[in-house]
Amino acid sequence: MRTIEQYLPDHPFFAGMDPKAVAVVAACATNVSFKTGEFLFREGQSADQFFVVRRGRVALQVHGPAAGTMVVDTADAGDVVGWSWLVPPYRWLFDARAVEPTGAVSFDGACLRDKCEQDSQLGYELMKLVTHVMFNRLVAARVRLLDLYGTTKSTNPLLSPLLSETVISHPGATDAAPS
Amino acid sequence: MLRQAEGRHMLPGGAMVPRLFRLTDRHQDTADTFTMMLEPTDGVPLEFIPGQFTMMSAFGVGEVPISVSSPAKVDGPLQHTVRDVGSVTHALAHTQIGDVVGIRGPYGTGWDVEDGAGADIVLVAGGIGLAPLRPAMLDVLRHRQRYGRVVLLYGTRTPEDLLFPDELKRWENLGVEVLVTVDYGTPSWTGRVGLVTTLIARAGFDPRSALALICGPEIMMRFTAMALIKRGLSPDRVRVSLERNMRCGVGLCGHCQYRELFVCLDGPVLPYARVAGLIGVREL
Repeated sequence: MRTIEQYLPDHPFFAGMDPKAVAVVAACATNVSFKTGEFLFREGQSADQFFVVRRGRVALQVHGPAAGTMVVDTADAGDVVGWSWLVPPYRWLFDARAVEPTGAVSFDGACLRDKCEQDSQLGYELMKLVTHVMFNRLVAARVRLLDLYGTTKSTNPLLSPLLSETVISHPGATDAAPS
Repeated sequence: MLRQAEGRHMLPGGAMVPRLFRLTDRHQDTADTFTMMLEPTDGVPLEFIPGQFTMMSAFGVGEVPISVSSPAKVDGPLQHTVRDVGSVTHALAHTQIGDVVGIRGPYGTGWDVEDGAGADIVLVAGGIGLAPLRPAMLDVLRHRQRYGRVVLLYGTRTPEDLLFPDELKRWENLGVEVLVTVDYGTPSWTGRVGLVTTLIARAGFDPRSALALICGPEIMMRFTAMALIKRGLSPDRVRVSLERNMRCGVGLCGHCQYRELFVCLDGPVLPYARVAGLIGVREL
């Protein structure tokens, strides 16, 4: 059984981080596990943790009166969950639910913040890792906002001969213009 | 090299005349997508290569380009998977068993998946883009020993929009690594939620030699190609199926012209290296 300090360098999030820095942040970490359906955190609660997923799957979800509960993202082994520990007022904005038995390394957010305040080099290294993941998530979220597979915005005549339906002119072809 | 349609300047006689195909069966894949099983009324099967498309007519309404979704070089009906989104496809959706539709083609280039012999094959589908990739997957599975690992990365809008779910399971049972993600999930969905590009880092393939085939909305293909190249694939080993407005299908009308390319003839399947400089150019 490997210790957290031994495991973390193998996790994609920490890949390339200075081993000494990994050892410092590992001091803020504990192993945790969640059963299917168990929540890692709930919207509105104090955000005092950050999770590195080792196995299983976590769903980030939000509840609305009309749509009900919607899953907006998932995190699998190799992913990380939770940024709210980093940004005041340190409250979760989404629910995180284990959709299958999940193992993770949980970091104490306050502990990590303290170490980053004390060691700006460590803080910078950690922020670079966090920024990389946040950048990828932001790009993915923006592309998904386009609703590329939806009916009204798709433009591929081969895939969904949509409104640009390449229809030979005909009085009945009233929806031939792209939106 | 991808195959070119033969003789841009030597069009076969009757290229604009559709052949007649009778609808023998129909499968509702999702709420708005269905697969038509078609048999030629003259008894002569349509020969095509995976990745090609036909111009499909609903008589009295119009004509649309639709990729072939059935396996190539195999007995059985011609299959077209169609999304009901416009007047022609709506008319096709309401075609009854026994009705006749028109088919011109097949046209364009194919995936030429055999170029991946000896290497890993990565298919990346977005939405209904799985349908044009299906013949390539079936071709790979028919000649499974020729290839290394086979990976399918499939992203779609919701779990209800998943195409060919039974076939996805069958492919998985045949050793294909099938990774699926959706844009929007419900609590009952236990699969992945997120962009299809996020699957690329998880898939098991050797980027130094793998051949990747991408089909989906153009923006999705652009981001996917970039992610594959970032992982190590050569742009020459990434192929995309381009989307452009097609009318004649035989390089006459120019509707699908993409600078020096006629997508109906030079495409729809093209190496990403050939179009990387064109994709994203405005007003092209």
